[in-house]
Amino acid sequence: MLTSNILSLTIFFPLVGVCALLAVKKDNIAPIKWIGCGTSLLTFFISLALYFGFDPNINEFQFREKAIWIEQLNISYFVGIDGMSLLLIVLTTFLTPLALLGTWDSITHRLKEYMIMMLILEVGMVGVFAALDLFLFYVFWEAMLIPMYFIIGIWGGQERIYAAVKFFLFTLFGSLLMLVAILVLGYYASTMPGGAFTTDLLALYQVGPRLALSIQTWMFLAFALSFAIKVPLFPLHTWLPDAHVQAPTAGSVILAGVLLKMGTYGLIRFCLPLFPDASFKFTPLLSVLAVIGIIYGALVAMVQTDIKKLVAYSSVSHLGFVVLGTFAMTEEGIQGAIIQMVNHGLSTGALFLLVGMIYDRTHTRMISDFGGLAKVMPVYATFFMMITLSSIGLPGLNGFVGEFLVLLGSFKSKFLASYWYAIFAATGVIFAAVYMLWMYQRVMLGPVRPDGLYGGHKVNDLTRREIAVLVPIVLFVVWIGVYPNTFLSKTAPVAKQLVQSMESARQGGQMRVADVPQP
Amino acid sequence: MFSLAPAIVFFPLLGFLFLGLLGPRLKNERLVGIVGSGTVGLSFLVATAIFIEMLGLPPEQRKEIIQLFAWIGTFTGTSASMNVSVAYQIDQLSIVMTLIVTGVGFLIHVYSIGYMHGDPGFWRFFTYLNLFIFAMLNLVLADNFLLMFLGWEGVGLCSYLLIGFWYDRKFETGGYAPGTAYTGDAAKKAFIVNRIGDFGFLLGMFLIYVQFESLNFDTVFGRAAVLNVGGEVMMWMTLLLFIGATGKSAQIPLFVWLPDAMAGPTPVSALIHAATMVTAGVYMVARCSILFALAPATLQIVAVIGALTAIMAATIGLVQNDIKKVLAYSTISQLGYMFLAMGVAAFGAGIFHVMTHAFFKALLFLGSGAVIHAMHEEQDIQKMGGLKKYMPTTYKTFLIGAIAIAGIPPFAGFFSKDEILWKAFSSEYGSVLLWALAVLGAGITAFYMFRLTILTFEGEERFDHRHVHPHEAPQSMTIPLIILAGLSIVGGFVGIPESLLGGNALEHWLEPIFAPALSKLRVVPHHVEITEYVLMVLSVGIALAGIYGARRVYLRRQELSALWQQKYARIYKILWNKYYVDEAYDALFVRPAVRLSNSLLWKGLDVAVIDRMVNGTATAVAWCAFWIRRVQTGVAQMYATVLVGGIVVILFWLMIK
Repeated sequence: MLTSNILSLTIFFPLVGVCALLAVKKDNIAPIKWIGCGTSLLTFFISLALYFGFDPNINEFQFREKAIWIEQLNISYFVGIDGMSLLLIVLTTFLTPLALLGTWDSITHRLKEYMIMMLILEVGMVGVFAALDLFLFYVFWEAMLIPMYFIIGIWGGQERIYAAVKFFLFTLFGSLLMLVAILVLGYYASTMPGGAFTTDLLALYQVGPRLALSIQTWMFLAFALSFAIKVPLFPLHTWLPDAHVQAPTAGSVILAGVLLKMGTYGLIRFCLPLFPDASFKFTPLLSVLAVIGIIYGALVAMVQTDIKKLVAYSSVSHLGFVVLGTFAMTEEGIQGAIIQMVNHGLSTGALFLLVGMIYDRTHTRMISDFGGLAKVMPVYATFFMMITLSSIGLPGLNGFVGEFLVLLGSFKSKFLASYWYAIFAATGVIFAAVYMLWMYQRVMLGPVRPDGLYGGHKVNDLTRREIAVLVPIVLFVVWIGVYPNTFLSKTAPVAKQLVQSMESARQGGQMRVADVPQP
Repeated sequence: MFSLAPAIVFFPLLGFLFLGLLGPRLKNERLVGIVGSGTVGLSFLVATAIFIEMLGLPPEQRKEIIQLFAWIGTFTGTSASMNVSVAYQIDQLSIVMTLIVTGVGFLIHVYSIGYMHGDPGFWRFFTYLNLFIFAMLNLVLADNFLLMFLGWEGVGLCSYLLIGFWYDRKFETGGYAPGTAYTGDAAKKAFIVNRIGDFGFLLGMFLIYVQFESLNFDTVFGRAAVLNVGGEVMMWMTLLLFIGATGKSAQIPLFVWLPDAMAGPTPVSALIHAATMVTAGVYMVARCSILFALAPATLQIVAVIGALTAIMAATIGLVQNDIKKVLAYSTISQLGYMFLAMGVAAFGAGIFHVMTHAFFKALLFLGSGAVIHAMHEEQDIQKMGGLKKYMPTTYKTFLIGAIAIAGIPPFAGFFSKDEILWKAFSSEYGSVLLWALAVLGAGITAFYMFRLTILTFEGEERFDHRHVHPHEAPQSMTIPLIILAGLSIVGGFVGIPESLLGGNALEHWLEPIFAPALSKLRVVPHHVEITEYVLMVLSVGIALAGIYGARRVYLRRQELSALWQQKYARIYKILWNKYYVDEAYDALFVRPAVRLSNSLLWKGLDVAVIDRMVNGTATAVAWCAFWIRRVQTGVAQMYATVLVGGIVVILFWLMIK
């Protein structure tokens, strides 16, 4: 029983914590914290069962569970994971307790509701990565929007309402189009010989590629727009800096660490295999936007005055690599894109935690308010350096593996068919060093401020709790950098299958248009 | 024995981990110093043992690859998929580099025990140094491009950390932004400029992967060996790799970071910015000699860049007054010679110069460190003079270094430099012009080195006796100086050319490595010619003239230098300001990039255009809603009127249709 439902257990376990929290009085701060963190930690341990039970040699979705939900429309509760979803689910369950533990004392106001929102958010996130039914996917996708909206809107900074609404509307706009596309796709399934309306992803994998290019195009655009907003792809990124800066630390960690990956996950899981011909058509456009995002995000990050905004713009740059790797449609590119998602979750998640730690002490995030912190907070400076190096892709740490594979994959890609994508994208490696090291220098190096105060506060080095939060992240940063094969081997079948299906789709593309049913 | 090669790499890693994790708790400088230098010493011993074993083996058995574990693979099983291991390659070339890195590295570690004594960051310093040796050994022992790149960027990181070691201090930048830069600026500049080079390296690797479907040296070079000379792909590939080399080895146009890197502690300058890391570019070109051999056009560029860098840096070195800056420009200049050697297909001579340069330049830097210590952190040679009385050992060893770099026989620098000069002249890929530039550079080198030596150690004492009490360095510092001085004297004997009745042992040792490239380039060994002797005498004569000139100007007729400064004020100013390269880069790249990003991209495009459109859409929707909601008046009569009106309109429309 337990083993067969382990995936559902991972998805919904945080709700146990929610129920427990509902029974606690809101003034009981300590139990609320312990229940919140404890639940997310247990969820992580449960997800480890997925990790160790997963067999990379089986090239199909594992831990499948299927239950009829809306029988008339063939909509079911259908979940299952492959290597890509596995890594992203474990990333989610790994980051959530760390985000909560890292901000242990940061939230003082309406703590109970905050914990409940974070746990509901976790359900939505894991659900998104596990759903194999498009309708179910959509439900999780939207469900996760609501707690995030409240987290930004209630526990955020000065401009939180504006940021929350902007985040909500941007995302909602994209996802409504996606809902329409899901329904239309379901309808086309019923037009196939012997077909019926369905939102079953595995069934639709057979339907989508057989549609005419014109139909594929519209549906691809509906899906891709929704995902591109989430990524965010240039020029749809302007919700991101606002949302990140206004969100509380844990919100930023989850937003950057997990939510952005839903966009790139969606591109790989849905856009490419469902609409291959349209994907080929839009490969140049999306790749160019990705490359622009890499350079643009880095240049704009360079001139930020707020550390958090700098990290936010750096996400635009890093996620550009993921999108580029995806549309390279080579094994290296896809593998790089997936591992880069994990890397970005770790390094940017850690960066937001680090920024939060210093913000809790000084109540400022302006770069100009700092300088010489390395002398006052040497342990903090060391962790910051490690994460900085991970973020700028130093070989031996995680960031390099992803960037290198993405760049190599796009360089040799037959689909991109030009070296220029990789050449321009590789300049991002230079710019990353510029903005991160410049920031590091202005914050950490140089002399200590004359009065020894930062933002009017005396600062102490990291506490044991904070170190305990950062150490696991650093361990994974090194692990992925030194022995990425642990994780690459999990995603290899995904990449291989996707690339093979894309290649055969490209060869067969011309012939197939003829046998497409007309609506 | 060969299978012990990974131990060479892992001793310093253990040292790094031990010191890095326990460092803050180890209050004991002795222990830190012993662990820090001991690990490198052990590496040196293992490397020596392997080397001795190699000596006893026939050439074809001197190479072995030790596989450790798979690093980055895409696991898809297709033949073209990426698969790179952590594996170390022991061969004639890598063992020479390893001996230099661990040997000279060990001496500098020992020296640092004395030099860094009492520094609050003592443990941190040795942690970084150990990490550097680990990275550098990965660079030289790697059996594939990607692992080499790991070492390549790793040494860059250590360079960054060590240049900015005293991160709260300012340093003298020289021409630009005088007195306002922190060591952090220099560190960041070094890393970023190197990253520009690494961008080239990275793209070069991609081309290699596309062309040869592998990143392993053996596979790539094996597949390259059957190609024909020429072709655009090979040219771009090698040019991109060479861009990487210009960054790491401080050549035109990416040399600007090295003079600033002198902001780091002096042992760092000796180890990283003179003896080992900066020669990585030369090593890389030598390692890829077969690839460069397929692109003679690139070789030409390498030679020209090398010669130009050699002469440019030497001229700047003529007028600098910071003891370390002079040595820094001298390093850039000497690295230029090494690239000149690579460019004229004298790969063996280039590696020979890497070795002798490691000895004498490490010696000179460590000597300058002793001087700086003795002078209480003073680096301006105008405020020194007459120090030989106070620090005789430092003086004697420094003088040996200066003679060696000037190229006076039988000191080490003579043999290696002369080999390069001769090849620049005689090689099919050399020319009289390249040779002339190099000889001119050699003369200038002799001049500025003796200017430096004289202004520091000889003549009148120009420092303030009330504040400065020069003293000889402690033994932990002088012993490494003495050993390096010994090596600077005898180090050249491994490469005495046949013309001087030597066996040119080093070149023969390296022959199997470069043979494929040389046979592609159809370079045939020359017989001894009378020209060789003539040129040799000429170059020694020019070096002696340089030394004589320096002695004359700075000992006997000191008014001359001031006079020349006035007479050639314009040239002097250009040289003093280092040809304004920093200023040009700043005006051309740095400031425009920041301005563009700030006003055009961020505040212009992002905030004023894209975000305004987003907010505008939202406002427009709100505005529409504001007006449309007025329809919801709640007055039933009004709704009824609209309803009837609507029916009338529809009916009317149906009728006319």
